[in-house]
Amino acid sequence: MTTLQKPLNRPGQPTQPLGAATRLTGAATLVAVAVLAVVVWTAVQLYLVAPDSGGWRWVLIAIAILGVIGALAPFSPARNAFQSRSAAVRAVADGDGPAIRKYRSRMRNSAWVCLGGCLTVLVLCAFVLFLLANNHAVQRTFFQPAMISRSWFEVTKAFGRNIFIAVVAEIIVLVWGLVLALARLAPGRAGRSIASLATAYIDAFRAVPAIIVIYLVGFGLPLAHFPVLSSLSPTGAAILALSLTYGAYVAEVYRAGIESVHWSQPAAARSLGLSHGLSMRYVVVPQAVRRVIPPLLNDFIGLQKDTALVTVIGTVDGFTQAKIYSSNYFNLSSVTVVAALFVIVTIPQTRFVDRLLARDQRRMSR
Amino acid sequence: MSFLQIQDLVKSYDDTPVLRSVSLDVDQHEVVCLIGASGSGKSTLLRCINSLEEIDGGEVWLDDQLVSGEGTDVDQLRRDVGIVFQSFNLFPHMTVQQNITLAPRKIRGLADRVANDRAAELLQRVGLADKASTYPDQLSGGQQQRVAIVRALAMDPRVLLLDEITSALDPELVAEVLDIVRGLAHDGLTMLLATHEMSFAREVASTVCFLHAGTILEQGPPEQMFGDPQEERTKAFLHSVTAAGRL
Repeated sequence: MTTLQKPLNRPGQPTQPLGAATRLTGAATLVAVAVLAVVVWTAVQLYLVAPDSGGWRWVLIAIAILGVIGALAPFSPARNAFQSRSAAVRAVADGDGPAIRKYRSRMRNSAWVCLGGCLTVLVLCAFVLFLLANNHAVQRTFFQPAMISRSWFEVTKAFGRNIFIAVVAEIIVLVWGLVLALARLAPGRAGRSIASLATAYIDAFRAVPAIIVIYLVGFGLPLAHFPVLSSLSPTGAAILALSLTYGAYVAEVYRAGIESVHWSQPAAARSLGLSHGLSMRYVVVPQAVRRVIPPLLNDFIGLQKDTALVTVIGTVDGFTQAKIYSSNYFNLSSVTVVAALFVIVTIPQTRFVDRLLARDQRRMSR
Repeated sequence: MSFLQIQDLVKSYDDTPVLRSVSLDVDQHEVVCLIGASGSGKSTLLRCINSLEEIDGGEVWLDDQLVSGEGTDVDQLRRDVGIVFQSFNLFPHMTVQQNITLAPRKIRGLADRVANDRAAELLQRVGLADKASTYPDQLSGGQQQRVAIVRALAMDPRVLLLDEITSALDPELVAEVLDIVRGLAHDGLTMLLATHEMSFAREVASTVCFLHAGTILEQGPPEQMFGDPQEERTKAFLHSVTAAGRL
């Protein structure tokens, strides 16, 4: 009988030497030292400009100290790498193949963690250096504390206009987009012409830039003396224009959602005797809407950002107000404020939608 | 004239003929089992009967009414002819109760309370009285299929079509669904079922039809079909089914 059993001398795979991993660990440590040097130099620069930054001086000094502490972080994985190396060397002495592989792999992983941390610190440091360049002219242009304190209140107040436009337009878009999507999917021969019309609308308004639609609606309708529409306020015109444009986008999102519902669902509904309309209303659309909430939020964030375009028709929104400050004082810090406001309103929505979806999912499947 | 009469039904998908002249008479309270290999046209035949598929030729008559062709009120037809699918097709965003009462409420205009009471009664009958407010994804396959049967029954159909309703189930769940069908047969509901469960067909069918390549090659009472089939194809099919341990 031939022996099929391999002699079980613990190493199952060939074991490579430690050289490459050791070199990687050494290199990572050297990089960490170099990055620390750069960070310390940057911190010194920050400390030097701190005195002429008024009330913000302690903030700058705090950033400098935190930066140096952050630059020390990559040394922790570097130390782990060296500890793993010692263990690996011991394993080599013992001839324990699996242990060699384990510690060599830990060594490499730790070295890469160290390098990743170094890269992150370096990028952040480069950003600070950019702000400090040219005797911190960049920082003074975009983040001047005095300008921020002077403008933030008025800018934030005017930003309420952006929020108003966005909220009203979003409500209109939710309905208008669904109407367009259902028109585009109108069944049968009778629906064909309606479907082509809806398709033409969607194609047109997805193609034309929102800024042009706002311009045409905002200036064009009053010029045309069209009843009712020509007397719209600039805010009303902005809401109308954004609803027209984003209705087209959202219609496509709805359509994708409706088409993603498996055909067996409407088939089951129709087999119970429900008409096309009823099966859409109770079976297809409710499932489609659940699926399109994330892409819908995407379009809504786009809409919210595009409210800043209303500045072209003279609506005083947050951006317009910020521009008034920036041109009067020749400084862009007020515009930074409005940019920050957009970030602040967007982030909670994303989290909210994530939680909403998770809750809905839990309800139906547990 | 028979209660449900299918005459020379023809159906093709694009250029592929699926049903070539199928004729079948079903009397009231009869249970007809359609057997045959996959692709022989069993499912298509069922789907043509309640107009889920448009037919290319032939006629379907239900209780002396022509229910196929141009101008048929398909929504009315489907209230009379219910269908249960292989893959259940319950509505995942609705509770069991909502699944069952949707059509009675929206089409029959039943009040919520009346529809709910009826749903509870039917659920009781299939042993799922406690599941009214759960969602389909929280149920086992066998439970989902029982709910799907109840959903079809809630419209009080005059004919029930069952399209391989146990094929998607784990073997240990098949019996609980077949028990329900057995009960319905006992109560005298007219049914057509496409099935691979031969022993079940033998037990409940009044007529067994063997479909092959889009035609009913042979039909007869189960004793004859399973005990003494005449056609070579039928013999071969039953032989392979027996070899697979399904009879």
